[in-house]
Amino acid sequence: MMDKFESKSRITGIGLSQVGRRLGLNPVGLAIDACLAALGDAGLTRNDIDGLACHMGPVSSDGYSGAGVIDVEEVLRIHPKWFVSGHEMAGHSGPILQAALAIAAGLCRHVLIFRSTWESTSQARMREGQDAAPVAPWVEGDHQWRLPFGAFSAANWIALYADRHFHQYGTTREQLGAIALNARANAALNPYAVYRDPLTMDDYLSARMISTPLGLYDCDVPCDGAVAMVLSAADAARDTRRPNPIRIEAVGGQTSERWSWDQGTIDHEPLMKGAASSMWSRTDLKPSDVDMAQLYDGFTFNCLSWLETLGFCPMGEGGRFVEGGASIALDGELPLNTHGGQLSAGRLQGYSFLHEACIQLWGEAGERQVPRGPQVAVISTGGGAPGGAMLLTQG
Amino acid sequence: MTIARPYPRLTPENAFFWGSGKDGVLRFQRCGGCGHFLHPPSPRCPQCLGADIAIVPVSGRATVLARTVNQHQWHPAFPPPYLIALVEIEEAPYVRLTTRIVNCAPDEVAIGMRVRVVFEAQGPAWLPLFEPDRG
Repeated sequence: MMDKFESKSRITGIGLSQVGRRLGLNPVGLAIDACLAALGDAGLTRNDIDGLACHMGPVSSDGYSGAGVIDVEEVLRIHPKWFVSGHEMAGHSGPILQAALAIAAGLCRHVLIFRSTWESTSQARMREGQDAAPVAPWVEGDHQWRLPFGAFSAANWIALYADRHFHQYGTTREQLGAIALNARANAALNPYAVYRDPLTMDDYLSARMISTPLGLYDCDVPCDGAVAMVLSAADAARDTRRPNPIRIEAVGGQTSERWSWDQGTIDHEPLMKGAASSMWSRTDLKPSDVDMAQLYDGFTFNCLSWLETLGFCPMGEGGRFVEGGASIALDGELPLNTHGGQLSAGRLQGYSFLHEACIQLWGEAGERQVPRGPQVAVISTGGGAPGGAMLLTQG
Repeated sequence: MTIARPYPRLTPENAFFWGSGKDGVLRFQRCGGCGHFLHPPSPRCPQCLGADIAIVPVSGRATVLARTVNQHQWHPAFPPPYLIALVEIEEAPYVRLTTRIVNCAPDEVAIGMRVRVVFEAQGPAWLPLFEPDRG
């Protein structure tokens, strides 16, 4: 394979803040907690860090973003030589691609990457009238094409894709339910998961409908929390406490479809195929080499669509692939979202998948450890919104 | 206090689309060079990069590509249930609108159903909704 930029970086530390519903904590503080945990995990101090990167940007009142680069820099005073934040990137994991490029270019040695969110507290404050809900009389930009019609939520937009998938391929609610049940079973073994009580297929099918065919348990759980990781230059990884830093085998984030929720593709969520194909084009590994998948599951259907676009099954076969749950269980052929995903562990905006992949590759996942020492993990973030995919391998 | 339904903020670029229903006709941009329909509005044609963009009327007929019955109340002025659909415009099926299907029960709406535009004023905009095309 080519001499690629991915091979110049290693993941040397990962950190998590407190995670939960309505924590009522400062979301910048959550980001700092995660950053300090990641630094401790890598055995580094803030003085070692010379780059900062995050997905999104400054704290937003809707809770989606809990900290930007400037918010964190105001506390940590790293004086980064290089930094980036934003949304127009290769999925939520886009900042990792950017940081790997910056490291390969020699701009920095150790980059701290983070993502904080406080949607649960933000939504509670709005409901209780402590914050005014942002109900401007008008909408603009991309929202103008959906919100005036009552299509307010990604639950509606993704329900349309799911409806089409059901129609075209015979996919069923029970098949989507297998993804939700798998997530809950794994969450039961994850101490930081938001929802850990058992979930049965009857519970899933009888839960209130949100937007057909998606019911309550097809939707992920807003939460508060933050994740951070340290990405180090390969030759600087020896400065850390990790004898076995994780390699980035390949990243993918090509935009091969329109950035739109309703124009373009309809048989899979937009912006997934380009991410998947560009990732596979940068590696000799194949889907059959992957030991576990940590795939974005803002909704069960996201996850199903990633399984298909990443090539774990043919297009349209995702429902049959997950049916019954055996293939995606912890001891199945492709353990899926082993921490419970965003569906049960909480919506950490794509970053819990990265956290979980690292923990699993390092063999530190405790009760939920994937058996037989997994060597290769695939991660995906987003889809619909920009999509990103990444292959990580055991050092 | 009553909270009104949100409407699109009108701009020089989108005003033709949201005002089009005033005379009951749906309109889109179309490239004068290659005939490609553009949606959402664009300063140039993504097919041929031509800048000769006209605004043309269409029949208002469309086909349901996908639909969902929304059963959650996201907004005080939108009591559930209601039917949200993705429709393909007859003259250019690659042009789609996310919209509502009205004047029928939600469970009557099927994929492949033929529908026609019916406009509803919301703020300064005329929203293109659709109803079953029984004609």
